[in-house]
Order: sequence, then structure tokens, then C-alpha cells
Amino acid sequence: MLEIKDLYARAGDRDILRGISLNVAAGEVHAIMGPNGSGKSTLAQVLAGNPAYEVTGGSATFDGKDLLALPPEERAQAGVFLAFQYPVEIPGVSNAYFMRSAYNSIRAARGLEEVDPIEFLVYMEKKLELVDMDTEMLSRSVNMGFSGGEKKRNEILQMAVLEPRLALLDETDSGLDIDALRIVANGVNALRRPDNATVVVTHYQRLLNYIVPDYVHVLAHGKIVKSGDKDLALELEAKGYDWLVEPQGALA
Amino acid sequence: MTAPYLADFTTLSNNGARAEPAWLRETRREGIERFAALGFPTPRNEDWHFTSVARIAESVFSPLRGASDQVAKSALEPFTFGQSAWPAMVFVNGKYDASLSTPSLLAKGIRAVDLSSAMRNEPELIEPWLGKLSPFEDRSFSALNAAFMSDGAVVHIAPDAESPVPLHLIFVSDANAAKGVAHLRNIIIAGRNSKSTVIESYVSLGDSGYFTNAVTEVQVEDGATLTHYKIQRESQRAFHVHTIDTRQGRDSHYVSFSFATGGALSRTNIYTNLAGAGCGATLNGLYMADDEQHVDHQTNIIHSEPNCFSREIYKGILSGSAHGVFNGKVYVHPIAQKTDGKQTNNNLLLSEGARIDTKPQLEIFADDVRCTHGATVGRLDEMALFYMKSRGVSADKATRLLTYAFAADVLETIEVAAVRDELERATLERFTGASVAL
Repeated sequence: MLEIKDLYARAGDRDILRGISLNVAAGEVHAIMGPNGSGKSTLAQVLAGNPAYEVTGGSATFDGKDLLALPPEERAQAGVFLAFQYPVEIPGVSNAYFMRSAYNSIRAARGLEEVDPIEFLVYMEKKLELVDMDTEMLSRSVNMGFSGGEKKRNEILQMAVLEPRLALLDETDSGLDIDALRIVANGVNALRRPDNATVVVTHYQRLLNYIVPDYVHVLAHGKIVKSGDKDLALELEAKGYDWLVEPQGALA
Repeated sequence: MTAPYLADFTTLSNNGARAEPAWLRETRREGIERFAALGFPTPRNEDWHFTSVARIAESVFSPLRGASDQVAKSALEPFTFGQSAWPAMVFVNGKYDASLSTPSLLAKGIRAVDLSSAMRNEPELIEPWLGKLSPFEDRSFSALNAAFMSDGAVVHIAPDAESPVPLHLIFVSDANAAKGVAHLRNIIIAGRNSKSTVIESYVSLGDSGYFTNAVTEVQVEDGATLTHYKIQRESQRAFHVHTIDTRQGRDSHYVSFSFATGGALSRTNIYTNLAGAGCGATLNGLYMADDEQHVDHQTNIIHSEPNCFSREIYKGILSGSAHGVFNGKVYVHPIAQKTDGKQTNNNLLLSEGARIDTKPQLEIFADDVRCTHGATVGRLDEMALFYMKSRGVSADKATRLLTYAFAADVLETIEVAAVRDELERATLERFTGASVAL
């Protein structure tokens, strides 16, 4: 489904991704782990099309299509979803309107009819249950005044609404207490299907107790330095990252 | 080019049919003298540095008195917020139209008459205030207005009176207003402890070029709350200059909102003098201009007494080759201790050709005060745009939604729901082409 080959990317004049190769097939869950600054969040952002990053080499295809050639909205329409580490606040636009606009944009791109506000509200009811959110959250401005946990749940709610084929979860566990973590993880698990895939970017193994990965990859200095199964995450939890990560540059 | 106005004034003075009290004739004479001496303002005048009125000065606008006024009630529907039960005073091409007006719907204790009949029949309703709340010694347009003022609304709100619904003053211009000028003068006196809302709408049917030169004099007496909205949706070829001068008593509250989308060139001056201890002013506004439009707001908040507050949020959205100007002065008198003032002006530029000149000015002469101000000029938040696009929303739609959201933030401060809803709807339509609520 997703094939990344020798991907290089930079922000400004700083190289962040330095030759990443990764294949994700339908039905799989991949975890990308690594220390701070290893490039794991950048990988997720680059795949979603954040204009702050410039791809300088390599390729990424999604269902055989050149993902990197598409603007962000067309990637979303093709079925890619990024759950943001820091969801953006949008004062003045209600959550309901925002999600309906997104849902209808994606439907329109697939040649489906748009839904009206009433139909959408009915559709939302089950989705809200999934992340244990109240209807009241829909009338509030997008992420405005939401707690950290509410923002992350709101990301998973959007994922539930849009039903992506490839979900990229960028540090979705950061800042969550155990209850919120469980809600978020249950939401993600409920959305798993044989024909979609999930890439979980995380610093800690904790989330992987709930979202069990088929593969774990360790990123360091913009490259995958080790891949394994879920036991690798446990090993990292016990031993830290130092044994895998060579110091970069000239150190005394 | 003051000559045509001086000639018009001579004609007016020689017109024996205008039997006006001596004090009023004297005010007019002072007005034309000051206008002759001052001439039209030029960019050398500090208050007009960013706004050239050459296009007004170089045109000849003839007085609109007597212009035909065939406007059907149904033609006003787009401007009445869907509220036929609100008392309204309608002025067509500068002249009061009794057949379109409904002052009989006013609540007990509130009286509204047109200026021209007050001048003829009840000068006591205007004499104590006219030209006194809004001085014109140093203001060309106000002086010109004093010389020629012909109509407008005179509103008296009795002490303790409360109006459940707003009074709507509608100034409408149609094709017959072309090349004409209306010098409108309104007086609003909100009596002690009264609570009321007055809305001034300046609107147009069609796209003729005309000049509105308006002055509104406002007194908010001790303990009174006056909510005062100004909605400027003149034709895109019109010129509009309007000065609102407010004087506030002890513990009063003046709540102002200025909404401006019309006019080739518009200038709104809102001056309020917090002249009684413990009073407060809330001045908010939204201006949106496109193409070659020029929109200018000047606000002047004068803290003359202690323990007063002022809150001000103005937002602007400029596209095409539009030019916006915001000049917000906050003056704190040496005795105005414990003044609490907050002012912000945020602008969104949607095109390379759009321009804004924003100048917040704090002049503080008391030492125990809390005053802040800030101005921003920016483009849309890139992260918010990316966030929306990453959900499948097209770049174009994301831009429009975020632009609307920028404006909605200040529109939300409008307390009268029907006005807020209509202005939100109009703004949403302007930027998204849709009219459903967000």
C-alpha cells in the first residue's frame, strides 16, 4: 500500500530524513520509534504533505500513485490521514462544520453525493461514542479550549469520520493520561480493517500495549537503524535507545 | 474646491422659506465659515495622512434636499435583519420618509423625530446639544455638515426607559442620489439609567456615486447603557464620511460596533469621551474591502475621569487593491487614575496589492493605569491551512473558511442576535459563497 524508497527531506537548510525505506501493506500496523530529533514526526508530516518540509530525494507511493506529487488535500482524498501531535486551533469554525466540510470534500473527490447537516449529525453519533465524546463538542470551535486529551480524541474522531486507508498517528500518546490513552487506542483499534493500515509514531512503548504493532522500526538521525516485531519495543523500553544510536558528528 | 459649497450656502441663506431659529442660523454660519477657512483636509493633516479625499474635493456634489424618493418598503427588506417589528426611521436620499418609518413601534419613554421637523417645530429637542457634543472648529466635514445639515434622527430616551428592541435608522440611497450629497445629523440622548439600542444603517439600492456626510451626536447619561451599531453598506461608488461623537456620564456604558463593507472611500470617526467616573466603552468593528476600495476608521477614546474602562477590537480583511486605515487613539487624562484600557487591531491581507496602515496611539498622563494595545498585519495561519487541507478540504475552501473565521471572531461580540446572524451570514457568503451557519 505504502512504499517509501530512500526518502530524504529537510526543513530550511537542515537535513532531517536521510534515506528512509519502508513498506507498509494493507492490514498491518507499523510503529516508528526513536529518540527526540530522530525524524519520526517529520516522516509523518512529509507523508501528509506539510509544506514546511522539502523532499530532496527518494520516493513515496500510495497504492502505486506518487504520493509526493499530490497536494495535501488530494493525499487525504486518496485515503491518507495524519493525526497531529499538536492539533491546530481554529477559532470561528465549529468542529461540526469542519468535519462535515472534510467529509464532503472527500466524498466529492470520490464522486459521492455530499451529505446535509442532519444526515451528518446522525452519522456522527456512532463516531462520537467511539471516542467517548459529547455532541456538545461538535458545536465548539475546532480544538479551541480543548484539553490535551480532548484534542487527541478529536483527532481520532476525525479519523473515524474520514475512515482513511492509511492512518499516520504522530505522537498521539503524548500528554495523555492512562484513561485518555485507552480511549484513543480503543478508537484506533476499532477502526482497523483488513484493507487499511496504521503507522504509529511514538517515543514510548506504552501506547503499543494497546495498539499492538506487527512491525517496529527504530529511527535515528533520519534513518531506520533497526526493525523487528513488537518485542523490539519492549526491548527499547527496557534498554533505552543508546545501544542502537551512534553519536552523530565529532564528539570528544 | 470649497467654492460650490459656499455658493450653495448663499442660496440656502437667501431662501426665505427656511424659517429657522436664530441660534440655528448662527450655527450654520459658523459651520460654513469654518469650512471655508479649513478647506478639505489634505494628507498633510495628521488625521488624514493615509486617506486622500481629493476625489471628494474635486467632485461637485449638489445638496440632495428634494431628490425624489420612490423607494418601496419591500426594497428595504435586505437591510432590516428580518425584523418588521423593530421601530425604524427611514431616510431616502437624505430625506425623512414618514411612509416607510414606524416610530409608533417605539417603547414607552423613547421618542424619535426627524431633524427637519424638530428644527421647525420643536427646536428645544435639539438646541442644547446640536453642534455641542460634536464640535466642528477643526473638522472640515463636520463644519460642512453644520452648514448644510438637513435631516437625520433625533432620539430621546427618557431616564430609566428600557427598549426591548432596537431602534433602526436606515439611510438609503438610490439612483436619484447620483452626484448628490446628504448632510445627515443625528442626535441620540440616552437618559439616566436607561438601556437601549440604536442601529444606524447606511445602505444603497443600485450602484450610483453619491456622498454621505453624516454626524451623530450622542450623550449617554449617568448609569445609562447605549448599544450603538453602525452598518455601512453604501454603494461601491459612494463616498462616506461619518463622525460619531459620544459623551458619557458616570457609570454609563457605551457599546459600539462599526461594520463597513461599502463605499469607494469611507471614513468613520468614533470618538468617545469617558467623562464620568466608573464608566466604560466597548468599541468593536469589522471592515472588509476589495478591489479599489478605501476604508478608514479613526477611534478616539478619551479617559477624562478615574476608574473607567475601555475595550476595543477592530479587525480588517483586505483583498484586491484595497487600502485600509485604522488609527486608534487612547488618551488618559492626568486625573484618570485606575484606567483600564485594552485595544487591538488585527488585519488580514489576502492579496499582494492590499494594504493597511494601522496606528495604535496611547497617550497616558496618569500614573496608575493599565493600558495595552497591539496591532497585527498578517496572512492566514499556514499551519491551520495545512491542517484543513490534510483533512481533504481544498486549498481554496480552507482559505475562505479561515478568512470567515477571522471575521466571525469579532462579529460574535454583537449582542443583538438578529444583527449578528445577518452580518455573519453576509460575511460567510462573501468568503465562501455559502450561507449556512458554521
